Amino acid sequence: MQSTSNSVSARRRFLQKLGLLGAASALSSYTLIEVSASTAQGASAVNRWGLLIDTAKCSAGCDACVTGCNEEHGIDATGRDDTRAQWIRKIDLQDNLTGRESSLPMMCQHCASAPCVDVCPTGASFKRDDGVVLVNKHTCIGCRYCVMACPYKARSFIHETISNQKSIAPRGKGTVESCTLCVHRIDANTGQQPACAEACSKDAHDAILFGDLNNPDSEISRSLKQHKAIEVRSDLGLNTGVRYTGL
Amino acid sequence: MTALSHQCLKPRGALYGLWIAALVIAAVAGLYCAYTMEHAGHHITGMTNRVVWGLPHVFAVSLIVAASGALNAASMASVFNVSIYKPYSRCSVALAISLLIGGVMVLVLDLGRPDRLIVAVTHFNFRSVFSWNVFLYTGFLLLCIVYLWFLCERRYQHQIKRIGLAALVWRIMLTTGTGCIFGFLVGRNSLDSALLAPMFIVLSLVTGTAALALCLLAIARSQQNPLPVATVRSLSTLMIWFVAALGYFAIVHHLTNLYVAEHAASERLVLGGSMAALFWIGFVTVGLAGPLLLLMKNLIADTDADYKTQKRRLQFASAAALIGGASLVYVIIIGSQVSAQRLFPGKTVLASSFGDVGNASYQPSLWEWGLGFGGVAVGLLIFQLLLRLFPFTADRQHS
Repeated sequence: MQSTSNSVSARRRFLQKLGLLGAASALSSYTLIEVSASTAQGASAVNRWGLLIDTAKCSAGCDACVTGCNEEHGIDATGRDDTRAQWIRKIDLQDNLTGRESSLPMMCQHCASAPCVDVCPTGASFKRDDGVVLVNKHTCIGCRYCVMACPYKARSFIHETISNQKSIAPRGKGTVESCTLCVHRIDANTGQQPACAEACSKDAHDAILFGDLNNPDSEISRSLKQHKAIEVRSDLGLNTGVRYTGL
Repeated sequence: MTALSHQCLKPRGALYGLWIAALVIAAVAGLYCAYTMEHAGHHITGMTNRVVWGLPHVFAVSLIVAASGALNAASMASVFNVSIYKPYSRCSVALAISLLIGGVMVLVLDLGRPDRLIVAVTHFNFRSVFSWNVFLYTGFLLLCIVYLWFLCERRYQHQIKRIGLAALVWRIMLTTGTGCIFGFLVGRNSLDSALLAPMFIVLSLVTGTAALALCLLAIARSQQNPLPVATVRSLSTLMIWFVAALGYFAIVHHLTNLYVAEHAASERLVLGGSMAALFWIGFVTVGLAGPLLLLMKNLIADTDADYKTQKRRLQFASAAALIGGASLVYVIIIGSQVSAQRLFPGKTVLASSFGDVGNASYQPSLWEWGLGFGGVAVGLLIFQLLLRLFPFTADRQHS
């Protein structure tokens, strides 16, 4: 009889401790979440980051923006151009009527109504409040539906193992990636331009202007007011964050 | 009229053993191909960043679409009360389950990260047709399992029409969903069409009926109990209607594309470019004209005319329809990616650092063929197993 009551009270004590432990761990994880939420500076809908590309300043033989982007994000040539990542590419055009030639960089257009975000089954493709379209590397299952859906061919599927990755741009075989608008620079809040714009300015072309489309006093907004800028495939009504002049 | 009874199918013999061995080898080879692709990365396949959906998608979509159509016999019997198909209802549902599992397996194993399947079933974006399809496929499987259960239980006979109707509606939704995966891709000229959804429904009727017809003929052979002439003729009639309807949708789809100037380049690719051989020979000649001619001959012939010839015609027509269906899916999926995406109307692309000039090329690798056939083999193995374990095969039937 004695041993039975002992074992009951021991079980009770054990359950009480287990309950306390559970409550403590729930409280601590809640606190951690709260702390992390309060310290992280999230993207804000106050801004909408975008690019304005002046094709008149973009030179046909120049690929400084492509090289700059590749260096920044650790995108190495694999020797297989068809399967390597292409965050940004150069296109040379000729007008069918006038014969006028122009050149431009093409990258993720950071659409407000992004088809890649719509079609992604797991929500790995997402748009931040500040308009930057990204891929969550932890939930991308590599279905490539977003690559199919992107009207700009701006997304790349990673076909092989990647070595020498940079911490600012984690990448992974079997997932999809695209231009991040150098989101690490945006989040660092140091006023740095994206790598493509920086490389373009370094080569004295200044064809790529980065800025806040929501701020009427920003240089990009003022330029957009002055020049006739277009959206590529404006017929799709995607409200792109990247605009072009001189096309 | 004898009572309808069912039995487990337990064929023996060297030929059957060889068939099963071949299926097991193909299934294992398919899994090995998937493992290699996942381990080495997709660069060992023919897929690139221009053609990201390759041959495995053609196999997967063909199997999934055929799974939906394989339910035809069950729907005819349960919903439309066509008694001639009653003996084949269970077989029809079992085939639908098997083909769907084979197709989904190929789809999953072709993912860049198949190990993240758990993510795909726990994170949903309901704006994505892919997400809907997760529910459509699992729902279809569950419905089919319940359907089979009801078909096998005498006490649920009065519920069969209801479950049959639910399965019919569900499979129409499933094929619509599969068609919409492509139809919603506004950035690709050849796909941007609402017609793809009904076209996929009709395609499912063609390939599903063809797959079922081939299976029923094979089962009849192993049972040494030929399919009744009436069944052969009825299947022939159904196939004629379905193949004709598919031809109609294909014509309307291409005519509307030809009418729209911006779709001209992608149409040229299909009708006269690198996809032309597969379209004209694979789909139009083998998939449409061939089955129509063979099956029309069956219908024109007297009912009592040479049974073996009629049966062989149905056999060839079904095989041809399956090849034609797969060719059409290939042209739709691969063709839409091979043609360059047109970003600048009124301008010619002189040069591009990544594939904006000319059409892309795509050569499926052995790994892709292996995975695709592996999926077919897994589907057929599951079907054999179901027929072996459960009484899904109709016994001798005479009326």
